[in-house]
Amino acid sequence: MSMLGQLAAPLLIAAICLAALPRGTDVYDAMLAGAKKGLRTMADILPALLVLLPAIALFRASGLPTLLGRLLDPLLQRLGIPGETALLLLLRPLSGSAALSEVSALMAAYGADSLVGRTAAVMLGASETTFYVVAVYFSAAGVERSRWAVPAALCADLACFVSAAWVSRWLWG
Amino acid sequence: MLSYIVISLYIFSVLFAAATGQGTAAGAAVMTGAEEAVQLTLRLTGAVCLWSAVMEVLERCGGAALLSRALAPLLGRLFPRAAVDEETMAALSENVSANLLGLGNAATPAGIRAAKGLRRLNDGDGLGLLVVLNTASIQLLPTMAASLRAAYGAAAPFDITPAVWISSVCSVAAGLVAAALLRRVWR
Repeated sequence: MSMLGQLAAPLLIAAICLAALPRGTDVYDAMLAGAKKGLRTMADILPALLVLLPAIALFRASGLPTLLGRLLDPLLQRLGIPGETALLLLLRPLSGSAALSEVSALMAAYGADSLVGRTAAVMLGASETTFYVVAVYFSAAGVERSRWAVPAALCADLACFVSAAWVSRWLWG
Repeated sequence: MLSYIVISLYIFSVLFAAATGQGTAAGAAVMTGAEEAVQLTLRLTGAVCLWSAVMEVLERCGGAALLSRALAPLLGRLFPRAAVDEETMAALSENVSANLLGLGNAATPAGIRAAKGLRRLNDGDGLGLLVVLNTASIQLLPTMAASLRAAYGAAAPFDITPAVWISSVCSVAAGLVAAALLRRVWR
């Protein structure tokens, strides 16, 4: 079983390639095109990271996260969320690159396999940049009043953060 | 919006660092932060490109279309007013299946087509629901989070996957419940 878990990624790739075979898909060509799209994504992310990571590194070095954690701690503790992720909770709905920067800073500080590192990764993987999504879809539809969409989406975010913290503590705490 | 985040991060950090005498550490952090941004991008690029390549194969061999057809009945129930319009429903299921597979490049254009279709049908509640579904983001493989874990030396980068699923399902459920309650009181 653990062997299966360790091989999950290559197995999945093999299975997808196998599924593509009878359909006559040019696997190599598709992978090249996909890899190019990945490069494009990273090229788009780099400038944002270059602007945001120094700001977040400065913020971390200033000692403010401790203060922020202490301020939000009574609320976060009641929700079962680790205080170290306070800044991530605030940045996640606003900017994907800022959240990515903050998660990488948390992993650098606490380790990728620490509870904080894992909780942050689950939060990042299970949520989206809420305000960006709202802006893109409502402006595409030409609708100005988003009505209940933002509060409902923020409820979804809150549920995501709380459940990410609970599940992570349950699995790895 | 992002300008305000960057500006407030700088102003508050500089003031706080000066007040608490953390000037040296804070001064060094800005420079190392820029260097870290480049290193992080380089370390993430390999894994991100690999998964992007694999997902492209899945999309080209019809995996995304298959998933999209499987989702259609469920989405018809969530969007009753749009169910009559085939084009909008096709865009909706394409958007949700692309999100599931983590194909961000394909999800947004499909979502925009769906949003325009919902607008044409004058389905304001449907548009709100589309946004909630997209912000809650269910992803079968959390490739970005796992790539980040791999970059920081995690033993098994993808072992967070079940936790991401549980958390995503909670998030979608909370979003749908909140939408169902709020649309009644919000006119």
